[in-house]
Amino acid sequence: MSDYLKETIHALQQRFGGDVGEYAGDPRLILKAESIQPLSAALRNEFGFEYLSALTAVDYWPELTPRFHIIYQFSSLVHNCRLEVRVPVADGDTLPTISEEYWSANWHEREIFDMFGVRFDGHPDMRRILMPHDWEGHPLRKDYPLGYEEVQFSFNKDEIMKRKPHPED
Amino acid sequence: MAQIQEVTVDEIKHLVSERALEGETMLLNMGPQHPSTHGVLRLLLELDGEEIINCIPDIGFLHTGIEKNMEAKTYIKAAVMTDRLDYLNTMGNNLVYCMAIEKLVGLDVPERAQAIRVIMTELQRIASHLVWLGTHALDLAAMSVFLYAFREREMILDIMEMISGQRMMTTYFRPGGLWRDVPQEWEAHVREFVKIFPERVAQYERLLTHNPLFKDRTVGIGVISAEDALRWGLTGPTLRGSGPALDLRKLRPYCGYEQYDFDVPTHTDGDVYARYLVRIQEFHESLKIIRQALDNLPSGPVSSNNRKFVPPPRSELGVSMEALIHHFKLWTEGFLAPKESVYMPVESPRGELGVFLEGDGGPKPYRVYWRTPSFVNLQALPYVSKGHYVADLVAIIGSFDIVLGDTDR
Amino acid sequence: MGVEQKLGDMGVVTARLEDVVNWGRTGAMWPMLFGLACCAIEMMASQASSYDMSRFGMELMRASPRQSDLMIVAGRVSRKMSPVLRRLYDQMPDPKWVVAMGDCASCGGVFNNYAIVQGVDEVVPVDVYVAGCPPRPEALIHGIMTLHEKVKKEKLNQWS
Repeated sequence: MSDYLKETIHALQQRFGGDVGEYAGDPRLILKAESIQPLSAALRNEFGFEYLSALTAVDYWPELTPRFHIIYQFSSLVHNCRLEVRVPVADGDTLPTISEEYWSANWHEREIFDMFGVRFDGHPDMRRILMPHDWEGHPLRKDYPLGYEEVQFSFNKDEIMKRKPHPED
Repeated sequence: MAQIQEVTVDEIKHLVSERALEGETMLLNMGPQHPSTHGVLRLLLELDGEEIINCIPDIGFLHTGIEKNMEAKTYIKAAVMTDRLDYLNTMGNNLVYCMAIEKLVGLDVPERAQAIRVIMTELQRIASHLVWLGTHALDLAAMSVFLYAFREREMILDIMEMISGQRMMTTYFRPGGLWRDVPQEWEAHVREFVKIFPERVAQYERLLTHNPLFKDRTVGIGVISAEDALRWGLTGPTLRGSGPALDLRKLRPYCGYEQYDFDVPTHTDGDVYARYLVRIQEFHESLKIIRQALDNLPSGPVSSNNRKFVPPPRSELGVSMEALIHHFKLWTEGFLAPKESVYMPVESPRGELGVFLEGDGGPKPYRVYWRTPSFVNLQALPYVSKGHYVADLVAIIGSFDIVLGDTDR
Repeated sequence: MGVEQKLGDMGVVTARLEDVVNWGRTGAMWPMLFGLACCAIEMMASQASSYDMSRFGMELMRASPRQSDLMIVAGRVSRKMSPVLRRLYDQMPDPKWVVAMGDCASCGGVFNNYAIVQGVDEVVPVDVYVAGCPPRPEALIHGIMTLHEKVKKEKLNQWS
């Protein structure tokens, strides 16, 4: 971890609180949902984190409450470092958008809504992005089944073929 | 079966101008079946005559559920899915996935494996850029470049087939090293390719670089400034065409890239032509890296000796009980990874390709997230294409070098 | 050239209508430019210099379904894409054929999950399945040759 990153984390922790963790040399900051918007503004305008590398979520159902962690990876080209920020969110809660600071967050947030069902307040275009518009459920939640279809072998081939749709010419 | 959903104007009225609601401008559908969208990308265009007022991308037509499906497989078995994400950069996808696992469990990779990984990913970068060059030129009505580019790409595919048995979906990199060592004739083939390729690049350049028709279609089209490009999260050659020298191989070297001497080509114009020039120069930089890696290719093992994560070689199975147990355990249950998460970015031909990998102490990944460069780069398309003609949109899409498998995952 | 030189100047060649029409159909089968995923790259490779599918009268890939006879489903078909695929198929003029290229199009391949249609034969009727992930260009060409064999055997009363 570079000195600059250490100082940044220290300064951010003073201002926004939260816990600091580390694994394999990558630091992470765990924050409350309401501070993500001022944090992203501070990172972009004061600390020189020009772009957002990634924005994703993890579902910890049924072990943890709140069940979702939203994970931000802020990157800096000038200081050559990356900072991970985690924000726990409960099911049904919303999160403020950071797509005004980091434009690339727009589609990432849409994807999280599509895949996990976490909504973002103030997002300009909160629609599904990958799945069809009328799809039910959010596929990457842990309580959503994989949708496995039985594999055909010679002993059950005919039975499965009966259930499959057969299109006409 | 589901019906096609017609998008009503009501649904997207926050994305189009007021003139569209009054019927003054035209809404036109481009894709998902269109020769120039490089796959199944759908663009909803709001047009005033030929001019693009708004461009609304609709993706997900190739959504494969790879992230969810990888959660249902062990770490090694999930590796076959990584090839099929960005199918022009299969080796690179294997690389980043294996490196994420190595980072998660703390596994070392021998030097020979590192060097072969570098050579193969750089060859893959050239192959990917060749497909880009061929299709981009084809979109701009230069058919012959496509035929030449695929001629050279076949040479790289032959090398890949030689080492792995497959032309595209190799899964050659495994956690802890490589699947097996390269065959003897491999080095001669790579050297042959490295020898003839500069002349071939010169051929492409003779066809395109100073071609007035090509320049008319590309110079000054799709300009994006460095600051905006970073704000849109653009990476790779698409960003380097605007100025910032963001190349993870240089900034945060992995896989021993710090040993090699190479440049990061950049241009400041930020238009389609600048992005073209950056990629053409990257051919030469990749060749430089391959040459250096080949000259200093270390000997030794190609995969880690840590039997908790890497299966023992086939020859040991007959003589060692322990090897047999490890083999059985690794291929049935798989190895266990700690309850932690890592994020591993590398430089793919399209930009920053990152894997967020989280383990839960078991043999299967708890969450795999792919930060794919095409997904992020494509976001900037509406911003860049605004005010251009429809014909220029084709050039802009080509210059972003998107792969829809990478976008939709 | 060809027939009249071999047979002398006869002016008239007799053949069965079936044979002539089927010969015409196999000799210039226009595929639709319909790339979905990985297999599309191999489909492009089979069009390009090394494999050159134009040897079989297939150099012309039509981007419009209304001008094509053969749909090569090259790649995995997602649930979102499947209605589009069906509409494209419906837009093709008769007679029309479908080649399912690759494992994903044939049976879902490695992707047995919520997002992928488990075989494109759930959406459109398929004539030839080509195995491989992705199939080599030779395999695709072999699949098309197989389709040609099939078309050559079509009978007058089966013509649609």
